[in-house]
Amino acid sequence: MEASKVIHAIYTDDDVLMSAVKSVKAEKYHIEEIYTPFPVHGLDKAMGLAPTRLAITAFLYGCVGITVATVMMNFIMIQDWPQDIGGKPSFSYLENMPSFVPIMFELTVFFAAHLMVITFYLRSRMWPFKKAENPDPRTTDDHFLMEIAVHNNEESLTDLLRNTGAVEINIVDKNEDAH
Amino acid sequence: MEYKISNRLKMGAIILMVLGLLGISYGFWNAHTVNEDNITEFLASESHHGDAHEVEGHEDVHVESAGHGEEAHSEDSHGDDAHGAEHVEDHQATHEEHVLHQIHNRPWSALYIAAFFFFMIALGVLAFYAVQYAAQAGWSPVLFRVMEGITSYVLPGGLLVLIIAFMADSHLFVWLKEGMTTEGHENYDALVAGKASWLNKPWFFIRGLIFLGGWSLYRHFSRKFSVAQDSSDDNRFFKKNFRISAAFLVFFMYSESMMSWDWIMSVDPHWFSTLFGWYLLAGMLVCGVTVISMITIYLKSKGLLEHVNDSHIHDLAKFMFGFSVFWTYLWFSQFMLIWYSNIPEEVTYFVTRIEDYNLPFFGMIAMNFLFPLLLLMNSDFKRVNWFVIMAGIVILCGHYIDIFNMIMPATVGDRWFIGIPEIGSILFFGGLFLLIVFSALGKYPLTAKGNPFIEESEHFHY
Repeated sequence: MEASKVIHAIYTDDDVLMSAVKSVKAEKYHIEEIYTPFPVHGLDKAMGLAPTRLAITAFLYGCVGITVATVMMNFIMIQDWPQDIGGKPSFSYLENMPSFVPIMFELTVFFAAHLMVITFYLRSRMWPFKKAENPDPRTTDDHFLMEIAVHNNEESLTDLLRNTGAVEINIVDKNEDAH
Repeated sequence: MEYKISNRLKMGAIILMVLGLLGISYGFWNAHTVNEDNITEFLASESHHGDAHEVEGHEDVHVESAGHGEEAHSEDSHGDDAHGAEHVEDHQATHEEHVLHQIHNRPWSALYIAAFFFFMIALGVLAFYAVQYAAQAGWSPVLFRVMEGITSYVLPGGLLVLIIAFMADSHLFVWLKEGMTTEGHENYDALVAGKASWLNKPWFFIRGLIFLGGWSLYRHFSRKFSVAQDSSDDNRFFKKNFRISAAFLVFFMYSESMMSWDWIMSVDPHWFSTLFGWYLLAGMLVCGVTVISMITIYLKSKGLLEHVNDSHIHDLAKFMFGFSVFWTYLWFSQFMLIWYSNIPEEVTYFVTRIEDYNLPFFGMIAMNFLFPLLLLMNSDFKRVNWFVIMAGIVILCGHYIDIFNMIMPATVGDRWFIGIPEIGSILFFGGLFLLIVFSALGKYPLTAKGNPFIEESEHFHY
């Protein structure tokens, strides 16, 4: 497969970037990726990205957590060895529940938080020793970079991006296997 | 936008009040059909018919006490099913007297609970309003006039609570019974006598008036400054409001705690809890924010709050959610600490509630915690008006039951029911609340246009 070409338009202001995204979207070009040094409020909406489902996973992980806590303590404290510890009623889970609630709460939060973070790492492909995918180191400091695939429309795309206020436009050969 | 209370709303409120008054009068009349002369027959006929609730209650007690193997306990706790052949004569007499008191206390308690419930909504809104000023919140100024409308109920509502407390006297506050503090008297109670320097009638009402005076003064001046700011060309009145709000919050935290000891906790003068004041405060704030969002949604549906968007509703719903969880946290902290250590002098408070008020006691946890937790967790649902209204109705009912659970066990014991006296009182105070709040809403434009944050608030977007 031939190496595909992408265009890198670099901006120095997030407001300019936002309006550039809107005009590029209006021209029906597909934006591959945008690199910014900090979160730009409303950028995902302007790009038309689907909302995240991370909160839903967190809720489900929380449900797992409370189940683990309940099953664990029911087995240990009620089923396996229902000892009388300081007069606490260990006849059934419900009767002794108030003393289990702190643990149920903490495990719910623990599962929801940690599994959600791990999900985030997996979905966004982040781990230690991962090779950085940064096309231009300036984008971690004060530059914004928009990447658009080129399909024999180099000229019109360059014109459009130039008009949106890009300070620098580079055409890059992108080898898909590089990362 | 100008708002004027509609005739339909006014009529509706008045009809509610009339119906409520009928219910309240029926409650008093009905309670006084049982008196010293016919209490014995009343109890005898009751033990024959015995309504379903009563029977259930007794079975519970049997099961409980059998489980714990305390035979002696069951003997005392279900004294009132009057199968007392083995009871000695004078026990019978005190038992009848006890039941008679409970029957006569019920309409007073019903009245007091409803009066306090609607008062606490207004007070919760007042505290929330002061927080918005002190925090210089940028989202809420478009809601200030709604909040000011609701807080107009603080003074009349608070006075009514005090008047009912004054009239109910020992029907509500057992420490007001004659001879409680006189050594040698048959009613003498050493524990109550030890608290008499705080719990005595004149000092109780002086304190009540001081609290109410402080709250009403703040409410009066903050409303005045807020209205004056509308036509002012600088931020003088806003700054004044900021300062008095900060000062009010300090006063409020102290006075609210003491009010909770006086007005609520003292119905059980043998019991005390340190976090009771915050617990009541959390309930107040939930109800307050809920009523703010319900009235906001109502006025918005009439097209009167053009600058309120669904981000404001979203924020209010977040507060409803957050304060509901906070309320639960305090409820559980109070319950669990007492349950865990199980010290007899403290735990009786919950023993009576679990045995005699099982459904309301645990049902309110579902209404005040599980329901808002699951319904208001989703960020999209918080923007759906009818969802917020529905959650709000359940939260308000749940917190009525919360107050019900605080007062009723101390005054009527197991003779509780949510019947005509209770519903009548709710209708009466609900009607009064609507009448006062919506009349106050109609007095000034619904947008506090001079507020320095109003621009930010109108464009608030979450």
